Amino acid sequence: MSTVVLLAVTGLGLGGLYFLVASGLSLIYGVMRILNFAHGAFLTVGGYLGYQAGHAFGSRAGSWPVFVLMLLVGTVTGALLATAVELLLIRRLYEREIEQVLVTVGLGLAAVALVAGGWGSDARPFPSPRWMAETTGIFGADIPNLRFVCLAAALVVLAGLQLLLGRTRYGLIIRAGVENRAMVAALGIDVRRTFTAVFALGGALAGLGGVLTALYNSTVSPGMGDALLIFAFIVVVIGGLGSVTGSAVAAAGVALLQQFANYYASAGIGDLTVVAALAVVLLLRPGGFVGRQVRLA
Amino acid sequence: MTTTGATTAGVTDPGLAAGQVLAVRELDAWIGVQQILHRVSFTVPDIGVTALLGRNGVGKTTTLRALLGLVRRTGVVELAGRTEATRRIDGDTTHRIVRRGIGYVPENREVFGGLTVAENLQLARRGRASRPVEREPVLAELFPDLLDRLGQAAGTLSGGQQQMVALARVLINENRMLLVDEPTKGLAPKVVDQVAEALAVAARRVPILLVEQDLAVVGRLADRVVVLAEGRVAHTGPAAEFLGDPAAVRRLLGVSGKGGDSA
Repeated sequence: MSTVVLLAVTGLGLGGLYFLVASGLSLIYGVMRILNFAHGAFLTVGGYLGYQAGHAFGSRAGSWPVFVLMLLVGTVTGALLATAVELLLIRRLYEREIEQVLVTVGLGLAAVALVAGGWGSDARPFPSPRWMAETTGIFGADIPNLRFVCLAAALVVLAGLQLLLGRTRYGLIIRAGVENRAMVAALGIDVRRTFTAVFALGGALAGLGGVLTALYNSTVSPGMGDALLIFAFIVVVIGGLGSVTGSAVAAAGVALLQQFANYYASAGIGDLTVVAALAVVLLLRPGGFVGRQVRLA
Repeated sequence: MTTTGATTAGVTDPGLAAGQVLAVRELDAWIGVQQILHRVSFTVPDIGVTALLGRNGVGKTTTLRALLGLVRRTGVVELAGRTEATRRIDGDTTHRIVRRGIGYVPENREVFGGLTVAENLQLARRGRASRPVEREPVLAELFPDLLDRLGQAAGTLSGGQQQMVALARVLINENRMLLVDEPTKGLAPKVVDQVAEALAVAARRVPILLVEQDLAVVGRLADRVVVLAEGRVAHTGPAAEFLGDPAAVRRLLGVSGKGGDSA
């Protein structure tokens, strides 16, 4: 019993990280029709700048105020980076979707190489409050607190996205844009502003995810974004491109499957199982569980 | 008076003539690499309904989409301002053109199926909202059925109801003119009547450029016609005169002129 609980909570914590990356990817694809391969780099850079912000406080890096600051720095970094990429590169390539994808692939590679050049290619220990590594007992399982933090962050983001999509005019424009962006423009709405905003939002979530991924791994490393990005793409496809709710459900499902398969079969089988699950979903429900044309909120 | 295919005004013509809301000169348009429109020129009066006619595939929908900047196009398009001066809109992006006061009702309605009726209307309403969308007078006046369905996803409505949403979306705004593309396509005869009636009421307030296959509807609504053939203007003139000439109708539209169908 305690093993099952441990695996479940751990899986849901990991699923929270998948969701932070996948929800942004899914919204960006839904509205802009771009698969953003630079999303992992947004996460990595956000994580490193968050780490750097904490590092600047030296021995006080493990305190709560500094940790909150690190989360903020990561989030803002992701948002600014994404905004710059959208305005300077993606916007010049509107309607040329292949080129946009190629640009994001190149950016992803370059940014990761720059991070490795600046901070070294080895993983560095990531400072966090001591409470994070302590455990809380649930049904006999001692679960590291940071797993709860990752899960809680994802739930807060999910609730925030639901409010944004369901209750605001921006959300209305995003949901309409996922269905038919030409018609949104034909109602007199500047979709390009929405594109930039959605890209920035996705970047912010990736940056936040960067700090939390570093917390989860207890290290920052140049490859951490791309390692997560692969699973986030799988989550997006299984959940249905453009659907936030689908991403949340698929993120939990993929992470749980991975954890349980890794434990009960053998380490490494989890990743394989996830890819097998992707194949099954693509065969049975090519549009994903929620599908692209269906409502988002 | 009738055939203006060759009498395209010079591109340097300044402004619009009095009584016109839109002037199109030498409009070329492409879908991909294929040129669909060739030097299309016509004007739309600032009152009543102008029907844009022609056989299937001559470029009627492309003309509307070119005016809105939804396809690649060259040429001059001028829109009369309400109070401000006439201006060229052929270099503007779609959302700017629409904000200048052109309401677009696309072919196949294109309502947002996952959004509710109320959300479709909220999205379409431009400028500051002075009242909740359900209290817009045009709804009670022309589309009372929609008031019972505000919370329903637009994708679950019947074709006729979706057409009402598409019309209401443009009629809740103040527009200089409307572009309406095949509003009766695929609708039952009774619903066709309702749509035509709503358009007749709307046309008393705002000029309409209407693409329509149903010649009975054209006869009921249109004051003037612009007929395209193979991407060029083949005829312009009063609607009654054109529809009363069976030979011209058969030659340009390939139908008898009496019926509503246009195979």
